[in-house]
Amino acid sequence: MPVPPIAAAAVPGGALVIPHGAIVWGAAMLWLVALMLAWPVPVWLSRAAWPMRAPVIALLVWQAVGLAGGLSMIGALALTGFAIAPGRPWLAVIPAAVFTIYLLSHLAVTIVQVTAQRRRHLQLLDMLSSPHPTRARTRVLDDAVPVAYCLPRGAGSVTVLSQGLLDRLDADELVAVIAHERAHVEQRHDLLLLAFRAWRSALPWFPVAALADAEVAALVEMLADDHARREVRDEVLARAILQVGASGVPGAEVDAAGSSRGSDRFKRLVT
Amino acid sequence: MRKNMPALGELERVVMDAVWDSPEALSAYDVQQQLEAAGRPLAATTLLTVLSRLEKKGFVASDRTVRPYRYSPVASRADHVAELMHEVLGESRDRMAVLERFVGSVSEEDAAVLRKLLRGDG
Repeated sequence: MPVPPIAAAAVPGGALVIPHGAIVWGAAMLWLVALMLAWPVPVWLSRAAWPMRAPVIALLVWQAVGLAGGLSMIGALALTGFAIAPGRPWLAVIPAAVFTIYLLSHLAVTIVQVTAQRRRHLQLLDMLSSPHPTRARTRVLDDAVPVAYCLPRGAGSVTVLSQGLLDRLDADELVAVIAHERAHVEQRHDLLLLAFRAWRSALPWFPVAALADAEVAALVEMLADDHARREVRDEVLARAILQVGASGVPGAEVDAAGSSRGSDRFKRLVT
Repeated sequence: MRKNMPALGELERVVMDAVWDSPEALSAYDVQQQLEAAGRPLAATTLLTVLSRLEKKGFVASDRTVRPYRYSPVASRADHVAELMHEVLGESRDRMAVLERFVGSVSEEDAAVLRKLLRGDG
């Protein structure tokens, strides 16, 4: 059936026509949302006290803020393009496309770098550590410095305990450390950290990206602590933290970008 | 293949220990003799596979001007431990999310907070 001529006139070229005013208004609204999510919302979130009591919810909020912030920025750029160059859609989407590709390429580069570093680290571990006599996926590093860490990477995740740590901690404290690391591995905290690290490296001139990264890193530690606290008393976890962290070992985790969330990890054990 | 991976990793460690422990460069045959003396006999083909993997990963270098080839460590065991610990302790500020530590260095203030908890008056 042929299209009636009157419909073709209302929709020239078959395209949907949105009034120019609506595009401008939409662009302004999206900029407002993007700016709110880029500055006041994350700063408020980083100063709030509730995240240390509810790290799971806080992490969800941070992910939502990061995702919505990025998408609203892309949308705002696209609509601004259409508002400025309404007749040329290919020209109009360039700013949004460039920003999207920029963010995605940083994510890709970060993934490649982290994967390469992990592979090298695992190669070194193969040479320098021995399998734990009883625990699966756990290796013992023959070094006097007390350290415990995990390399989460899907099926090949490994937890590493140094001999110095095993010598220093009692059985309960070791349970706390292992439960903490197991939470990191099982909940794939590395993926979350990777995303925020990539965002931070993509936007080095944007202090909120560093703030978000520091907050998420601290919240992930609290979440892992909560798993340890299900298995041991707070005092045991505190003892383990003191044994490992206050032993005069270098490598202070400097509070980045005005986030004081690192200290909250300890305060919440007391209150 | 995946099932063999940990086993191969273990063999690499055993072979690497032999190379590290020797004061001079070793031929594959020397390594085999040492492993046999240590109670870990290894087939020659397996050993050559392990050595070539170690070379590809940059742990051993082979001197190909002599026959048979002589293998020596690229860096000492202590150097590699230092490399590993440097990454673990994360002395560089912008370290990547390669690994997740139980806890970094705790500041004096934070340590005081924890000690207060342990004294029971927190």
